[in-house]
Amino acid sequence: MSLSESQLEVSPTPDEPKADDQPQSLEGLSPTKLAVRRFRKDRLSMIAFYVVAFVLVAAILAPIFTKIGIIDPISLNQDDKLIDPTLGGLPRGAAGGITWAHPLGIEPGTGRDVLSRLWYGVTFSLSISLAAAIVAIVVGTVLGIIAGFSGGLIDATVGRLIDLTLSFPQTLMLLALSSIFVAAIQQRTGLSTNPANAVYEIGVLGLFGWPAVARLIRGQVLSIREREFIEAAKLLGASPRRLYFKEILPNVWAPLLVSFTLITPQYVSAEAALSYLGVGIKPPTPTLGNILTDGVNYALTDFTYFLFPAIVIAVIVVSLNLFGDGVRDALDPKADR
Amino acid sequence: MFAYVIRRLFVGVIMLLVMSLVTFLLFFAGPLDPARFACGKNCSEAQQAQTSKALGFDKSPVVQWSDFVKGVVTGRQFPDDPALRKAAPKLVTDCPTGCLGYSVVSTSTVNKEFKEAIPVSVSIAIFAFIMWIIGGVLFGVIAALFKGRLLDRGIVGIALVFFAFPTFFIGQLFLQFVAIKWRVFEVPDYMSIAEGGIGAWAYNLLLPAFTLALFYMAGYVRMTRAFVLESMGEDYLRTARAKGVRQSRVLFKHALRAALTPLVTMAGLDFASLLGGAIITETVFNFNGLGKLAVVAVNTYDLPTLVGLVILLATFVILANIVVDILYAVIDPRVRVG
Repeated sequence: MSLSESQLEVSPTPDEPKADDQPQSLEGLSPTKLAVRRFRKDRLSMIAFYVVAFVLVAAILAPIFTKIGIIDPISLNQDDKLIDPTLGGLPRGAAGGITWAHPLGIEPGTGRDVLSRLWYGVTFSLSISLAAAIVAIVVGTVLGIIAGFSGGLIDATVGRLIDLTLSFPQTLMLLALSSIFVAAIQQRTGLSTNPANAVYEIGVLGLFGWPAVARLIRGQVLSIREREFIEAAKLLGASPRRLYFKEILPNVWAPLLVSFTLITPQYVSAEAALSYLGVGIKPPTPTLGNILTDGVNYALTDFTYFLFPAIVIAVIVVSLNLFGDGVRDALDPKADR
Repeated sequence: MFAYVIRRLFVGVIMLLVMSLVTFLLFFAGPLDPARFACGKNCSEAQQAQTSKALGFDKSPVVQWSDFVKGVVTGRQFPDDPALRKAAPKLVTDCPTGCLGYSVVSTSTVNKEFKEAIPVSVSIAIFAFIMWIIGGVLFGVIAALFKGRLLDRGIVGIALVFFAFPTFFIGQLFLQFVAIKWRVFEVPDYMSIAEGGIGAWAYNLLLPAFTLALFYMAGYVRMTRAFVLESMGEDYLRTARAKGVRQSRVLFKHALRAALTPLVTMAGLDFASLLGGAIITETVFNFNGLGKLAVVAVNTYDLPTLVGLVILLATFVILANIVVDILYAVIDPRVRVG
């Protein structure tokens, strides 16, 4: 959905009846435009949108900034002016060594810049979360469409597969499988530890995340299946693949977008929780989870180092959730009435 | 009704069998030798082969799974290999019916490990459950009643904040500041009712359970609010109000009752999965429940314990699902037929 579409068109009729497949006339607004207008009217959602956009831009910029040398999340800085070796490497100065050069302070022990690490950590955490969300959405959508559209035995099989996946204790599986799978991934692909950890996290989060999406999409497809344009496409001899992806898929993008924005923050939290349990990407590569996990050791001695990563995680989770809620409300045609 | 229960139980048993088979395939069909993990890092080839035989890792995953199922139904003995049992009859461990495996790392049956851990996890779960249900429903209803006003926004906002901060961060705040630094509480350390009486038991559970409850409460506040608002918009409530029924009666007799049904379902399932241990909370407060056991097992590559845990937990979840379905069938006769 592009939010930059013109908002200047003021239509006297706020409720244009559903006009899904009709070309847009001068006085009517497409459902998408109506949704965008509803979204723009909601102040909280707009704030959330700007925060999400800001975080995304920052995440994209982090690798570039690191390359040009504006931020430096990796190299150690054992400067006695910054950290105090007699106190086990705690930063000198107030509030975790906050100065103009290091606006969020200095990492205890290593002397690395906390802002740089958090910034790059956002990039890694978001990449993992987004990738895992994409895996969950793609698998869930494909299986959901096939199950909903075919019905019968295929539908029942997918249904049982969903039940089976949901019966596994999720957190425990994410934790337990890591002991075998990370090593197996390394052995099979020759990846080093951290890439293998990333692959594992993305794969397993996605693997346990698809059932919710599949259920949602299946429900949507069940009603779309009975519409006339599907019948028309069938009569014209459309192949199943065309039916699935050209006819049905464009009609379920709205719930997909909503679940995508609501699944991603769950995975940001999951990455942090898994880091705390010792699963996932390890330092020196920064993720929000492993920075916060390190911060736990300094909660009493360097409070800001403990607090800042938690705040970054919370801001990302809250803004993505509010954004997702806003999109859902905006897409709900009943919202204005 | 009876037929429905039987059918549901039958499906449940099948689910359990398939689930446990998948678990065995996931854990034991990989390219790595689980005996190498079970036996530790400095382990000779011969020791590794011995461990493999003792635990039955030399068999295919499917055979291991069928041995496991047999062990659950009739019990079994460890070491798995008859020749090894004969060679050292003193070292044979008997694992009676309900056997969930044998852990080399802790040199005891998995059941024995669980027996010590289950009371801890169940205590936290019960305590947290009571807190989050009372808090969640109460604040959710208040928020719904004051919809759009400052109180509503405040409650929803605070709920979102507690939902957004990682549980281990909140837990560590309580542990390191409330308990260690400010000494408002003593550092919690699980004490069974037999050891210290109900008072000490509850006192030690307060912080961990509250940490856990806050996270769930945040979700339940939002859900309760949404359900109550939804049911308050229903026509029959307008009718009730038009007939002159008192507002409090409309709320408690009609709106809440309709809103609570889906909540009860959610709560039942959440509680069931919590019985299997709150991994993060138990790790933060160092309570030796099932969740902590899982973390230790992962770090020591104790695969039999992990497999036992996964299957135990899935059993809880599947059972809870059956109970919820049966309750639904009791409430709603349409379910029984379909």
